[in-house]
Amino acid sequence: MPLIQVKNLIKIYQDDGIKTQALSGVSFNIDQGEFVGVMGASGSGKSTLLHVLGFLDKPTSGKYYFANKEMGDYSEDEINFLRNQEIGFIFQAFNLLARTTVLENVKLPLLYSSIKKSLWDAMAKQAINQVGLEHRLNHESSQLSGGEKQRVAIARALISNPKVIFADEPTGNLDSKSGTQIMEILKTLNQNGQTIILITHNDDAAKYAKRIIRLKDGKIESDKRR
Amino acid sequence: MRLNYILKTSMTALWANKTRSTLTILGIVIGVAAIILVTGLGQGAQNLILDQIHGLGGQTIIIEPGRQPQGPSDFSEAFTDSLREKEYQAITKKSNIPGIKQATPLVVLSATAIYNNETKRSQIVGASETLFNIFDIELADGNVITNEDIKQMAFTTVIGDKVREKLFGQSDALGQKIKIKNRTFKVVGIVNPMGNVASLDIDNLIVVPYTTAQHYLSGTNYYNMIMVQAESEDIVPQVNEDIKRTLREMHNITDSAKDDFHLVTQADAIQMVSMITNILNVLLGSIAAISLVVGGVGIMNIMLVSVTERTREIGLRKALGASNANILTQFLLEAILLTSIGGLFGVAFGAGGSFLTSIILSKTVAAGWSFTFPVQSAILGLTVSALIGLIFGLYPARQAAQKSPIEALRYE
Repeated sequence: MPLIQVKNLIKIYQDDGIKTQALSGVSFNIDQGEFVGVMGASGSGKSTLLHVLGFLDKPTSGKYYFANKEMGDYSEDEINFLRNQEIGFIFQAFNLLARTTVLENVKLPLLYSSIKKSLWDAMAKQAINQVGLEHRLNHESSQLSGGEKQRVAIARALISNPKVIFADEPTGNLDSKSGTQIMEILKTLNQNGQTIILITHNDDAAKYAKRIIRLKDGKIESDKRR
Repeated sequence: MRLNYILKTSMTALWANKTRSTLTILGIVIGVAAIILVTGLGQGAQNLILDQIHGLGGQTIIIEPGRQPQGPSDFSEAFTDSLREKEYQAITKKSNIPGIKQATPLVVLSATAIYNNETKRSQIVGASETLFNIFDIELADGNVITNEDIKQMAFTTVIGDKVREKLFGQSDALGQKIKIKNRTFKVVGIVNPMGNVASLDIDNLIVVPYTTAQHYLSGTNYYNMIMVQAESEDIVPQVNEDIKRTLREMHNITDSAKDDFHLVTQADAIQMVSMITNILNVLLGSIAAISLVVGGVGIMNIMLVSVTERTREIGLRKALGASNANILTQFLLEAILLTSIGGLFGVAFGAGGSFLTSIILSKTVAAGWSFTFPVQSAILGLTVSALIGLIFGLYPARQAAQKSPIEALRYE
């Protein structure tokens, strides 16, 4: 069974009575261990798709099965648990807490988990090692470079060992060298079995994905594996 | 969800906006400080007054002329002449009132005492030896006013320590002659320094036989009060009733509203003082409460600003698995923390303020004034300030909790 299965997803936004159709019937499956790039011009619906897949938003219609369970069948608590344990997010703007150390930033998801506190530091350090920032453990996030910030964000996404990582334009705010570094980290994670869904309009970043889904006007334009 | 982690987060957030946090809690600080200061001073005043009343002793009953004062218009009642020798004799008659151990009439006037070139304006009290017994007045030297002195209207006097110091300085006062209203009194006793007892400044007192005071000094034929000591504190109510009955019979009073005398006991006085301080506390407490509510509105305002500013953070936390309840708790705790810190500072400032005031007061006007830390109001102040955080933080915290994660993450 695929990890992610979407059938005919439709999302219509209504702002001041004006309807905008962000997704107009999107269907695909994503298996465990895939590295999928979702591409498309701005307004193509890729961010909306990410929000739905990441349980941050609900589609207007259509089915979304995550780990064999339909989205509507998850309770509020289960959705919180999914966001906390099964899904990792990496954002374009990093979204680290200011005036907070690398270690504390990475530990943030654990605050909302039921994991024993005595394990937190070890878990966080392991995740930080994976992105090669062990020498920055007690630096505040504001003291880091953009590339380092994004690596902290990756560590934060990794800490709960999620089934899938959603990366929303992770290289969008970075220079090309840092961007490459980030993509190399994601590549290594994928080689170790991590499912990654990358949203990007950057061709350099998209090269790392093994499968590209192109969206246009809320529909799938192409879905190619390499 | 780990409470101490949330607290740490809240602390970081508050610390990041030090100036804003400080200004925000100012209302709470002032409100709580006002409560502490007012109740602290009120307590101090009450203690001072109660101390003085306690000096009276639980067995003591004071009979004053005029009916029980109901208001300022009854002030003149104090000058009625309903208590005279006849009444005093009736009261001290065992067959009328069996429970009385001792009694003395008091004649009170203000006059200047002169010795050589020194003068001292002082309160002159005409009394008997009983006065010394009731107030536990100890003599440094000499004797008290004797019954013989009273019978003979002797020109003898016992003087307080400050009177002695002013008139005689280092020289020996005992046996010397002082002049009061052109009469010459012989100093027969000197009182040990002892401060105020029952609002009577013993050290500044000049005691003479009450007969002498009436006849030669005040020129009146009535007493300002009669002071009675019952055999024991338990029978004070009974003695009270006996006195009332005796005096009413003598004066043909059938309606107690027409009494031409009234009784003061320690219990009455304590009740009166407590009532006054309670009223004051409620009154000033309400003013402090208003300032706390105003402070609370300020908290709500600033928490709303904080929620808007941290919209992205809220979105992030939700994306990382925070439930609405987690976010609600975080912002609620932040508000409670903010107001509680305000409360703590308020207690500190209030206590410090009343401590300073007590020092100033004890050095200037009221020597017996002591500082008491009002524990109850401190607890009340802290509880109320935390409650204000809870009440006024709830709305902003709900606003935060109900933000949609994508809206929040998109927020610039």
